[in-house]
This record gives sequence, C-alpha cells and structure tokens, in this order.
Amino acid sequence: MDTEPSLYTVKAVLILDNDGERLYAKYYDDTYPSVKEQKAFEKNIFSKTHRTDSEIALLEGLTVVYKSNIDLFFYVVGSSHENELMLMAVLNCLFDSLSQMLRKNVERRALLENMEGLFLAVDEIVDGGVILESDPQQVVHRVALRGEDVPYSEQTVTQVMKTKLKWS
Amino acid sequence: MIKKFDKKDEESGSGSNPFQHLEKSAVLQEARIFNETPINPRRCLHILTKIIYLLNQGEHFGTMEATEAFFAMTRLFQSNDQTLRRMCYLTIKEMANISEDVIIVTSSLTKDMTGKEDVYRGPAIRALCRITDTTMLQAIERYMKQAIVDKVPSVSSSALVSSLHMVKMSYDVVKRWVNEAQEAASSDNIMVQYHALGLLYHLRKNDRLAVSKMLNKFTKSGLKSPFAYCMLIRIASKLLEETEAGHDSPLFDFIESCLRNKHEMVVYEAASAIVHMPNCTARELAPAVSVLQLFCSSPKAALRYAAVRTLNKVAMKHPSAVTACNLDLENLITDSNRSIATLAITTLLKTGSESSVDRLMKQISSFVSEISDEFKVVVVQAISALCQKYPRKHSVMMNFLSNMLRDDGGFEYKRAIVDCIISIIEENPESKETGLAHLCEFIEDCEHTVLATKILHLLGKEGPRTPSPSKYIRFIFNRVVLESEAVRAAAVSALAKFGAQNDDLLPSVLVLMQRCMMDSDDEVRDRATFYMNVLQQKQKALNAAYIFNGENTHCAPSLNLRALVELTRLSVSSVPLANTPITEQKTEFAPVATSKLPEKPGPTRQDIYQEQLAAIPEFQGLGSLFKTSEAVQLTEAETEYVVRCVKHTFARHMVFQFDCTNTLNDQLLQKVMVQMEPSEAYEVLHYVPAANLPYSQPGSCYSLVRLPEDDPTAVSCTFSCTLKYLVKDCDPNTGEPDDDGYDDEYVLEDLEVTVADHIQKVLKPNFAAAWDEVGDDFEKEETFALASVRTLDEAVGNIISFLGMQPCERSDKVPENKNSHILFLAGVFRGGHDVLVRSRLALADGVTMQVTVRSSDETVVDIILASVG
Repeated sequence: MDTEPSLYTVKAVLILDNDGERLYAKYYDDTYPSVKEQKAFEKNIFSKTHRTDSEIALLEGLTVVYKSNIDLFFYVVGSSHENELMLMAVLNCLFDSLSQMLRKNVERRALLENMEGLFLAVDEIVDGGVILESDPQQVVHRVALRGEDVPYSEQTVTQVMKTKLKWS
Repeated sequence: MIKKFDKKDEESGSGSNPFQHLEKSAVLQEARIFNETPINPRRCLHILTKIIYLLNQGEHFGTMEATEAFFAMTRLFQSNDQTLRRMCYLTIKEMANISEDVIIVTSSLTKDMTGKEDVYRGPAIRALCRITDTTMLQAIERYMKQAIVDKVPSVSSSALVSSLHMVKMSYDVVKRWVNEAQEAASSDNIMVQYHALGLLYHLRKNDRLAVSKMLNKFTKSGLKSPFAYCMLIRIASKLLEETEAGHDSPLFDFIESCLRNKHEMVVYEAASAIVHMPNCTARELAPAVSVLQLFCSSPKAALRYAAVRTLNKVAMKHPSAVTACNLDLENLITDSNRSIATLAITTLLKTGSESSVDRLMKQISSFVSEISDEFKVVVVQAISALCQKYPRKHSVMMNFLSNMLRDDGGFEYKRAIVDCIISIIEENPESKETGLAHLCEFIEDCEHTVLATKILHLLGKEGPRTPSPSKYIRFIFNRVVLESEAVRAAAVSALAKFGAQNDDLLPSVLVLMQRCMMDSDDEVRDRATFYMNVLQQKQKALNAAYIFNGENTHCAPSLNLRALVELTRLSVSSVPLANTPITEQKTEFAPVATSKLPEKPGPTRQDIYQEQLAAIPEFQGLGSLFKTSEAVQLTEAETEYVVRCVKHTFARHMVFQFDCTNTLNDQLLQKVMVQMEPSEAYEVLHYVPAANLPYSQPGSCYSLVRLPEDDPTAVSCTFSCTLKYLVKDCDPNTGEPDDDGYDDEYVLEDLEVTVADHIQKVLKPNFAAAWDEVGDDFEKEETFALASVRTLDEAVGNIISFLGMQPCERSDKVPENKNSHILFLAGVFRGGHDVLVRSRLALADGVTMQVTVRSSDETVVDIILASVG
C-alpha cells in the first residue's frame, strides 16, 4: 500500500433521514471542502444505498459502510485503502451507543429530541478523523447524559456514586 | 420517551423536525439569555444545541455574530451543569475557526483539564488543543505531559490524539513528549495503546532506525489492541517496502503471524498487507489467500466485501493463487450486495477458464445497470484483461462492450470502455473493423470532447489502412458539422489522414476540406487551410512530415495552434514554390513542430525549470532549454546533507542544478556550491552558489558547463563532485547562528552525463513514414552481442533507458513466446536533429542486436552507435 501509516481513518460520519436530508454530518478532511460538494456527495450516497440493505459500498473512490434503522441512515466514510472492518467498528460503536442512549428507540424523532447526546457521542467516538473510542459502553459513560433526566441535585447519593465509579 | 425540551419547542407528529425551520438570526437572538442570572441550564443547553445544529447543516456564520455568540457562551462556564459544560466544549471546537479571540477561554479550559471532574478532563483537552497555537502550547506543555500519562484512559487518549493533531503545527514542541507517549504505549487500555503507538510513529517516521527499534519492541512484547496491531502491520509493511528487505525478514514473519490473530480486523489487515507487497511469491501468498477464502463465507457483508476485493487484487498478478477459491467466489455471484457480486465475477473472470467466460458475461449483464460507476470500471478492466488472455473471445467481449457503451454512465466509465475497445483493436487485427464501427456509432452521440477527439484520432490512424476506408468518412464529416471546436479540429486532422493515404479518396477529402475552411473557429480553419495546401502537393514526404507525424491531435488541439499557424503561413508561401528541395524545408521547420510534441497541456516540469533558470542572470543567452533529466540522488537518503542533481541540457551548454537540504538543526550553511571535476573535455564556466541553507529548507545551487565543441562525439562524461560551504553553528531551537563560521566540504557521489541527456523523446505515431522521411543519407548499421542480457524484455528496457528515446508503434512491448523482436525508437538530438533507431533483437544464448540509425546529421548517427558499442 502506498499510503503513509496513520491514525487518520475516518473521512466523514453522516446521518441522513429517509428523505436523504442531512440530520448530522461531520467531515474530517478536505475531500469535500464546500457545503455544496458535501450535499452532492450525500445525495449520491443516499441514492445508491437507500434501497439496498447491504452494509458496504465503494462510491466516488471512497469506502462507505452504512446501516439503516427505521427512518435513519448511518454512514461512515473512509479512504478506499482503509481497513473496512475498522470503519465497521466505528459504525457499530456509533449505532450501539445511540441505541443505548435512546433506549433502543433509534428513530428520527427520538434522535432529534436528543441531538446534544448525538453531538457528544460522535465527539467521543471520532476526533478529527482519529478513532477515539470503539466501545459503546465507554462512549455512553463518557457522554454521561443524565439517565432519567433527573438533575444531579435530585439524584440520590448512591446514584452519583455509581456513575462516578464507572469512570474511575 | 425522553422529553427534555421546553414545551413550546415540542412539536407534535412523528414526521416533524423541531430544528427544521430554525432561523439563524432568531437563534442568535435567543442566545441573549446566556447573559441572564441565574443561568437556566436547560434553556441554554437547547440553544447551544440549535447553534451546533445550524453549523452542522452548513449554515454560514459571520465573524461578528459568531464572536458575539461565542463571548456570550463563555458565561455559561459559571454553571456546573455537566451536559451544558460539555456542549460548551463542542461549541468552542465548532467555532474555533469562525469566531475571533477564542483564546479567552484558555484559562477556563486549563482549569477543567486539570480539575477533579474526570468527565470534563478529556473533552477539555481536546477543545483546548483546537484553540491553541505553538506559542501558547509551550505554556500548557506541562499539563499536556501529565495528561498523556494520566491513569484515566479518556484523559490519556484525548491528550495523545490532540498531540497528534498538533504535530503538523508544532512538531518541535510535541517531539519533547516522546517519553510520555512511550510510557502511555504500555498502558492496559487498548485505545490508549493505539493512540500512543500512532503518535510515536508520527514523531519518528523520518528516522528509520527508531521506527525499526519501536517495531521490534512492540512485536516482541505484544499488544492488546487490535487497532494497534493494524497500525503495527502497516508500519512494518512500509518499512519492508522501504528497506527492500527480503521476505525472510522478521518483519515479514510478524505480519504472517498476525494471520493467526483472534481479531478478524487484524487478520484481514495482515492478509491485505501481504497481498499488496511487491514481489510476493505464490507460496508466500498462500496463507493470506486461505484466510481470505474463509472470510468469503462470513455472514458480515463488510468482511465478504473486504475479502473478495483483496482476492481481486491477488488475481491481477497471481490468478493461479486464487483458483482454490473459485467455488467460494461462485457462491458470491448471487450475493445481495451488488458490489460483492461484481467483484466476485471480475475475480472469476481473471482466474476462470476460457469455457466459463460466456456464462460469466451473461451473469454480469443481468445486473450491470444496478452497480455504481466505480464497479462498472472494474468490470471493464476485467474484460480488458480477459481479452489479452483469451484473444479468441474478442467477439463476445466486443459485443458486450458495445452494449455497455450505449448505456448511461459517467466519463470515467465511458473512457474505460473506449480504452478497452482500443486495446482490443490494437491486439487483434481481425477485430479492427467491428471495433471501429462501434466507436463510430458511439461518437455519433458522445458528450465527452476528450473521448470524441481520441476516437477521431484513432480513426485517422487506423481507418485509412482498412479495406474500405470510405465508410468512415461520413462519420468523421458528421462531426465537422455538429460538434464543438476541439472535436471539429480533430475531425479535420483525421480527414487529412484519409486524403493522404488513399489516392482515390483524395478528391472528395479536398472538397470536404474546402468546406472546413469556412468554419467559424480559427483553429479548425487554420488546420483545414494547412492540410489543404499540403495535400494538394501530393508529395509523400510532405504528407509524412505534416500529416502523419505532424502533431498530436487528441492531446491538446489548442496547444499546437501557434506552431500550426506559423507552419501554415510558411507553407502557404513556400510550398507552392515546390522547386526548393524538400529536405531543406524540413530542417527549417521540423524542430518547431517536433519540439512541441512531447509536451502535455499546462506548464510542464520542464517549463517550470525553464522559467526558474531564466531568472538567473548567469544563464541568460544559453538559448531555450532542450531537455531536463530526472533527478539523480548524489547522497544516501539519511545523511547530514541530502543533495540531488537535475541536469538541464541546452544547445551548447549544460546546467547542473543541485537541490540541497541540510538535515542538521544546529548548523546554518552559507555560500553552498558543488565543485565539479570533469573527466572529459567539458569545461566548468560558472558556479552559482546558494547564499543560505538553513535547517530543512531546501536550496539550489547551479553549475554551468560548456560542452566540448571541437569533439561533438564526446557526449558522456563523469564528474566528481564535492559540496563546499561555510558552516555556522546555531541554536537548534531558535535557529540563531553564531557570527563566526568555518569552511568545510563533503564528498558526493560521481555524476554521470550520458547520451540520454542529449536526446529528447518524440513520439512518431507513424514510424514507417518518419523513417522514409529522414531517408538513408546518413544511415549506419552495426551488430552487437548483449551477453549479459537474458530476455528480450530486459534488452528492450535497457536500450530504451540507455538512449532515452521514445518507443514507437508499441514496440516496447515484446509479445510472449517470441524469440525475435523489432524495437523502433524516435527522438531529437540536442541541436534539433531527428534521430530514429531501428533495433532488431534475436534471442539465442544472450541477445544479438542489430542497430540501424538514421538521422538528418551524420555526427548524431556516429554518436549513437559509438555510445551503444
């Protein structure tokens, strides 16, 4: 392989809805520098993948792994030289983390109501294109959204202790 | 259902998007509540989410409004709400490049990064490093070092990854953290291990010895992280490639041992690394192929895809190694993932037998419309390879390709098909007419100018030599009527070729040409006028010079415009006076036309050098740059000073450009020059030293050499070279040099000037015509025995690289299983003399070579023969 060994694995993480509209998109390098090019790429990806449930494709010279659930489409994009299983690890981690955070309710409405959770989760999984964490348990702990939406002041001491212990 | 937004923001109905109709100005207005006391965490959180959502949708924020929102946001650091704080970090990162003065949050972030709340520390480090520059980085260096070795994995990982991002900007600072990274690499946490390894490699990658030591350490001690293993495999295979170590090296053993790792990711990485290694034998490939075979039946689509894609790579070079997997691949043809199915079929096409071709082709055509263009290109490439393997199947393939050509598809796809058809035509003479017919049909409705001109060029080249050339004229002339300028110009050139080679078509071609002379475009008109005049002379030599080998139609029509107009002017005025001997005319403008030939559109490497050299006063008056040779290394790759030489040849001089790099950070070199001692009658006229050569900034110095005039046959020469310079020691950190310096020198490797430096490559599309045109006035022939060469391929390669001439008529490819071959080479010798070489090679114990050289100048013929001998 003629590419330099590097930790920079992920080129983009995308979440589209079932109309192909962008719900979330994070590009980590300059493959698609302008919003216009990004949207065109997303349109292309969506048109090639929304009818099939086949997990992986080669598009515009990039490897795209994807997964759909109800009305959401999750994509992780990497170079065509990249280890496909590494990209899969990122996709699975993202999906499983969200699944836990949304109580298995991985659908558009629930996601939109928890956008800050999504933002924080992706931030814990990929940092600037480097895979930061691949274990959904860890991601969910680090995002540390208040479980039942109970403010800290109302949590019992044991609850706080429990969460604290998990981090240390 | 989690309900955390304010009632008013909540919309009913599952299809609605609470963020759908967000107005940027309204959101920024709302952001004013950040300033209210006490802070309402929930509402603030929601507004921050909206801001990030807008940024994420690609909404543009002006510097002013972003800065305002950012400053308001900083107030939220007073709240202790965890999620709110985390969203603040995210906002900082998102706005780092939009807002001004983001550094004001430095102290808040530094506090969080070193505080007690572990959940804040990692994200705070990442946010802090986004807004930090090199000078500020030194202020937080102490904290970063501590964070890297922190026992909390998220903190350590964040610090390592942030350091990696900052290597680009502040290499010298991050370099000092190598010991901490080393310590982190032995962490128990798999991600920390991975990140530490990545950072260590990036800091050391230019030091091959250190990389090698690091690999040695980690491959022995073993790692827990599969990600880290993948990284190690990549580093190891890169090192193997660079050092060209044999496959008995411990690094190769390490990669092979990873085939038995318990993680599929690692196994696949290792298999892929082995497959991508150059010069792997079938035996070394076998274990990798067998793990890939297992993956073919995996339930995971990504793994099947990865496996079959890699097997496809193997099949390109070692089809026999993959035959064992044929059964597994057959099962994948019906895979629901079309990408996998396509790859499986194309792999089978490469490995399968001739009898299975028809069946596989039928299967592909059933779903070719469903796959993406990328895979269509893969299919076409497989077909192309297949045609070379089974030439008898070309009619099946040609049919298939013509069907594909009619389907919709992008440029890359169409180009692959056209290239494939062209290569079939070139390999199989009997397929020429069907192929040309398909291409003619294609250009009738082709939106890609490049392809249309390429096909027209091919028609011009091949059409006249077919049994019934007249049928192509209609297709070509249709282009003149219907297409854009570039295509029309190419069509005119193609027409001219028909007129030049087929006497019975000439009258009609002239009539058509006449019509083209009324064209609205200058280029088309100029070409038509020019060809009209040449064709009317009905002289073979003129036709050869200006129509067959005159210009390169499909490459860049407009580039030749100027030369062409000039020629037209000259020829219109001078050609009708046909009494003047033709040979004289030719020497008059041949250099103008031919020297343009090897150029590609846009400024070439040579153009750039020409411009650089012209800026140096010492080199004015040398004339135009004739040839720039590839750079030669005069030092080993990892020495104190790295020097490479680029040779520029002019009509009577040579300029040697020495690109020097100083790799010592405690030295400043001044007055750097390379002293040259020639072995022959070459004379060094000037040295142009490089005034300053600071650490790692490349600089160039030059030497001007006069070529010996009294002995024009002395084309080769060896120079012994010494680098001379004034050294000033300097502080490695600030780069501040001492006042005093001392002279020093450094011996470089010898520099050779060979005959290839005096010859520029020229492609003659019709070699026979060029051969006749030059004539046998100065023809010489000699026979040589090449005892040390064992194959024809090797002999052909050696001759081409030795003479530096352009192989013509695809004669650089030796057909398999032949024991004789003819190589045609063309070039222009310094001074503008055409040189043509015909070399007949015969294989019997060693290779016997009969070389015939023709040129317009006798000395050149002697030089070539003397240098071959």
